[in-house]
Amino acid sequence: MIRKEQMSIVAHERIADNIYRIVLTGGLVSEMNNPGQFVHVKIGAQAEPLLRRPISICEINQERKQFTMIYRKEGLGTSILARKMPGEMLNILGPLGNGFPLEAVEKGQTALLVGGGIGVPPLYELSKRLVEKGIHVIHVLGFQHKDVVFLENEFAKLGETYVATVDGSYGTQGFVTDVISKYALTFDVLYSCGPKPMLKALEQTFPNQNVYLSLEEKMGCGIGACLACVCRVPNSDTAYRKVCSDGPVFKAGEVIL
Amino acid sequence: MNRLAVELPGLSLKNPIMPASGCFGFGREYAQFYDLSQLGAIMIKATTLEPRFGNPTPRVAETPSGMLNAIGLQNPGLEKVLSEELPWLEQFAVPIIANVAGSTMEDYVQVAKEISKAPNVHALELNISCPNVKKGGIAFGTIPEVAAELTKLVKEVSEVPVYVKLSPNVTNIVEMAKAIEGAGADGLTMINTLIGMRIDLKTAEPILANRTGGLSGPAIKPIAIRMIYEVSQAVSIPIIGMGGIQSAEDVIEFFYAGASAVAVGTANFVDPFVCPNIIEALPTLLDKLGVSHISECTGRSWRKDEPSVYCGA
Repeated sequence: MIRKEQMSIVAHERIADNIYRIVLTGGLVSEMNNPGQFVHVKIGAQAEPLLRRPISICEINQERKQFTMIYRKEGLGTSILARKMPGEMLNILGPLGNGFPLEAVEKGQTALLVGGGIGVPPLYELSKRLVEKGIHVIHVLGFQHKDVVFLENEFAKLGETYVATVDGSYGTQGFVTDVISKYALTFDVLYSCGPKPMLKALEQTFPNQNVYLSLEEKMGCGIGACLACVCRVPNSDTAYRKVCSDGPVFKAGEVIL
Repeated sequence: MNRLAVELPGLSLKNPIMPASGCFGFGREYAQFYDLSQLGAIMIKATTLEPRFGNPTPRVAETPSGMLNAIGLQNPGLEKVLSEELPWLEQFAVPIIANVAGSTMEDYVQVAKEISKAPNVHALELNISCPNVKKGGIAFGTIPEVAAELTKLVKEVSEVPVYVKLSPNVTNIVEMAKAIEGAGADGLTMINTLIGMRIDLKTAEPILANRTGGLSGPAIKPIAIRMIYEVSQAVSIPIIGMGGIQSAEDVIEFFYAGASAVAVGTANFVDPFVCPNIIEALPTLLDKLGVSHISECTGRSWRKDEPSVYCGA
């Protein structure tokens, strides 16, 4: 169930260039079940910034009633968010959307998790759940350059982890698809989250395989009412899916990227 | 006595708070948060004759204390609204105001004729002010003679009272309001969004795929208040006010300006509970203001015939 709650900041730190990790606590965590879901964050009670900010859930800790988000400080909202201190409150609406389907892969099989930039965080909780299920996980993480690489060590503890940077300042030079072909990585299911060009490249590279993509889009309400974040579906002029409430995870081919 | 109850043409409202069209879909998303029967009414998403996908994305962009949207009247079309959305809404004890849009006068007339027959549609809101569609919409809302003719045609076929939604993107909104009143409209709703634009710093391109969009949210509230203040003194039909309402205090300000009921739009996106929260807060605010019934507030800013009863905070 979606709830709205004032949640308390437990920890907040910068983990890479303009990349922040924030841990929140509150009863709403008990509603968080599926890796790949997101929350809608109201930053401050004022009219500016007006809209909530959709941020993906990176890690869930039910015992401590805590969850973690990793975000990039970029505009007005995230700049104000970056100054928030532990003990301060944030208004959270969530959990929103549908996460990655864990049932798409069985024990003993291999899942390839491919993240790009700020699309990397939701794959972390996913990877933990897959490992718990006895699934072999391989991670390919793409970043712009070495100063914005994050979560590499955490992923490495769960399974094989490759990093690519666009400028070659860390790991393999190039894109995530270059890593996949360089190491000839194979999989039973591929889960991905990141910028649209990356998702498109994955969809095209693996047309007949089991691929799930998590999309990002500018959102208004986050619950499916405002129709800001729609995408088209193949072979129809009027059919659509809403990234916020039908997604953000879609099977490759379900929507037009 | 229900001190929030308001009687308007076609509408017996238990309170004067309703979600604005385009900010609430057909209610399904908000029904997971609260019982929609709490609302005074619901203004459903604009309905056109045929299904519409709307504009490409990005469709929204934030602005200081507001947002731009260019959804482009996306909706499932008249047939589906009649067969699925309106019957689904019948489970709630709430009157529906159906927002009617189109590209031609014939479109408007046909949608109005059919949708006004639905049992839970108690009034129409004629959308002649959508700034985000190329054909129709705002074109009908910026020329008084055209708006009046359309109003007349829709009045002839509608089985329920007709409210006309005014565009603020005009030089003289009073002239427009009077023309529409003269054509037989039962009420006015105002204001729709203001046409705006934002440009991306990196690409130097407009952020919205549609380039321009409609500005809404608290940023436009003073404009709505001013326009309602002017129009309410010039016409004798009731006004449902809208434009940046976020709180019970905002509601009273709209009433003081001349509104008889209000709609809440953008604020639903920020807080899905905003409508029931405002409804709950209103009686306390009326107590504080020394007002026994909310309708006493309508037009108080310009009605000088009654002494002010404000008792101080």
